[in-house]
Amino acid sequence: MNYVITVNTEKCLGCKSCELQCAVTHSKSKVLFIAVREEPLPQQRVSVESVGGLALPLQCRHCGNAPCVSICPTHALEKAGPEAPVIIKEELCIGCKWCILICPFGVIGMNREGKAAIKCDLCLERVKMGKQPACVEACPTGVLSFVKIEEVIKEKKRKFLVDFEKGEKSARGE
Amino acid sequence: MSEVKERSVDLATQKILRKANEEDIVVAWDRFESMQPQCGFGELGICCRICNMGPCRIDPFGDGAQRGVCGANADTIVARNLARMIAAGAAAHSDHGRDVAHALLLSAQGKAGAYKIKDKAKLASLAGEYGIKVEGRKKEEIAEDLANKVLNEFGQQHGELRMALRAPKKRVELWRKLGIMPRGMDREIVEMMHRTNMGVGNDYKNILLHGMRAALSDGWGGSMLATELSDILFGTPQPIRGKSNLGVLAEDEVNVVVHGHEPTLSEVVVEASRDPEILSLIKEDGAKGINIAGICCTSNEILMRHGVPIAGNFLQQELALITGAVDLMMVDVQCLMPALSNVADCFHTKLITTSPKCKFPGVEHIEFKEEKAYEIAKDILKLAIENYKDRKKERVSIPKENEDLIAGFTAESVFSFLGGKYRATYRPLNDAIIAGRLRGAAGVVGCNNPNLKHNYAHIEMAKELIKNDVLVVTTGCSAIADAEAGLLQPEAAFKYAGKGLQEICETVGIPPILHVGSCVDNSRILITLTNVVNEGGLGEDISDLPVAGAAPEWMSEKAISIGFYFVASGVFTIFGTPHPILGSSNVTDLVCGGLEGMVGGKFAFEADPIKAAHLMIEHINKKREALKLKPMMYE
Repeated sequence: MNYVITVNTEKCLGCKSCELQCAVTHSKSKVLFIAVREEPLPQQRVSVESVGGLALPLQCRHCGNAPCVSICPTHALEKAGPEAPVIIKEELCIGCKWCILICPFGVIGMNREGKAAIKCDLCLERVKMGKQPACVEACPTGVLSFVKIEEVIKEKKRKFLVDFEKGEKSARGE
Repeated sequence: MSEVKERSVDLATQKILRKANEEDIVVAWDRFESMQPQCGFGELGICCRICNMGPCRIDPFGDGAQRGVCGANADTIVARNLARMIAAGAAAHSDHGRDVAHALLLSAQGKAGAYKIKDKAKLASLAGEYGIKVEGRKKEEIAEDLANKVLNEFGQQHGELRMALRAPKKRVELWRKLGIMPRGMDREIVEMMHRTNMGVGNDYKNILLHGMRAALSDGWGGSMLATELSDILFGTPQPIRGKSNLGVLAEDEVNVVVHGHEPTLSEVVVEASRDPEILSLIKEDGAKGINIAGICCTSNEILMRHGVPIAGNFLQQELALITGAVDLMMVDVQCLMPALSNVADCFHTKLITTSPKCKFPGVEHIEFKEEKAYEIAKDILKLAIENYKDRKKERVSIPKENEDLIAGFTAESVFSFLGGKYRATYRPLNDAIIAGRLRGAAGVVGCNNPNLKHNYAHIEMAKELIKNDVLVVTTGCSAIADAEAGLLQPEAAFKYAGKGLQEICETVGIPPILHVGSCVDNSRILITLTNVVNEGGLGEDISDLPVAGAAPEWMSEKAISIGFYFVASGVFTIFGTPHPILGSSNVTDLVCGGLEGMVGGKFAFEADPIKAAHLMIEHINKKREALKLKPMMYE
């Protein structure tokens, strides 16, 4: 699929709607009003973190050369191809937490039973149905978007050229 | 954009929604779609904005914060938010009641010539209830004393609301025991705001106990007085014919739509529309006449008393303007969409605000004063007439849908009819329930909400109830939905009602669904229930009766207040979509369970109108069993 979730660092209001909808999407019922009473309670895979005045949703970047996949002793973490998301097979996970330790972003957690790691699955099921990941759809200010990496690159080039033409950036990008 | 058929079951509505789409006019359904997904914290009621340490929100899934900065947990936050909704709803109804009392006072003092006391009998009986001397006094003297007593009750600090003492004895005793007998309308609302202020109570049960007290001050206070005093000033309604839906707008007449809730100005507008000066102006302008039509409860008020046609309910307010045929829309208070001014700007329509409590930016404001009501009404009508010539014929399309209806039922009228004109009594109604000809009764009331298909739940719930021999009483936008579906006609009994209910409707000549008025007129339902208890044979309290209530398409805080005064009066009540409380399982369990043990009534949330109707029927059956009534006659 080669899609990534992009984050606009200027628009997050810290409402945590992405967290909420992430948990609902990973619940049994997929309905908020029912999910709040499920056992065990569903868990979110994205979290809004803040430092100073900056608040941002953080979730798995689905790295190309993912350290969590490399280090996993039971092959519970898997990346099926260069464009595929990093997925965890809970039944294989022994809960050793190596992936949590090695992840540079701190976006892997443990499930409620403490037996397996949990992480963002890029909403595979939703995406298959033609929907966007739950966090992207939930965001009321459009911080998150789900786009092809090629488009991101193209947009960056376009923006660089516009700034360059205006004389706001040197050829070195400064 | 979603299909118009998914947006409403009403054909006229669908037609205008198509027109809106073609002309790129944004309406509530579009805005609802752009609002998706709506904030889950808000939906669950676990966002607290009461103080500046926040905003705080509780993680409903347990990973994040479980307490706000002050330490309030989900139970406290949810209960406070809900209690404040009750307070706001009760405030709206009660402030409406206050305005009617004020008009009565001015009329009695001879300062407001447009208002005459129309129902002397009701004036005398209500004055009697308030201990005002009636014999040998002029009606104006009595009315002045009554208005003053009532106005004082709003700010009454101690004691008990006079209207609340109308409830069955057992109920009053229960309220006293629980400490929720309402004292004064303003007092309970102010105390609710205090109790939910930062750092006051955090026991969710205690917060909601007072919530019920505030709600009771609405149902058995502000709302009931709004109804009673309106009856005294404008006349107690009698069964009356009318018409409903956008098709009531006229092609070749000046169309004036009155929208909002209070009858004080619209009553006078109806009268002024027959003024010779107005009629001659219309002629000069080339229009064939002047057509007053209403939206929401202002509409219900003047329908009940004058048969003035209904143009639509809450979700049809923008659509009325999009017909292109409305020359002037006059609004008073409540349920007015701010978007009206944007939609009016797309047409020649003049939008006029009239209440000092309700102004729209950039919209002409002609302030209503009781003392000059008639002149103001005429000025507004003149503006409409002047504007008629600017109506662009090519932009007008009025749907033909236009259903006949009968409205004007009250606690005094219809149920007495059941006993025949000459022996007005509730006996036959009670006997019909005892004998199993009628299963019981249900009140289906409340708003529209684009989160459900417009009118669908109102209509289907009402049909399912009458099919099962449950007599339905209705108010507000629910009544308008039923009217538009042709259910407020006596013939509807033959099409949709069960055999027992059909027999009653045929004998008495009434529809199976009785329109009892505006949303403050839900107080008529409380009185009816009390009369049924007092008539005997069906228990000693409202909570013994085989009855239930519902607000299937609710949206307003007023609906929450109404729901709570019915529940606190002992009625099982269903709301379509849930109250914003599911973020606290303790509050949810209390509202949908625990309350029954305290006050005999509780809530349930069910969006499917057929399932909801069956929850009501099950409840009614349970009550019938407890009363050891006969099995249903025809099943």
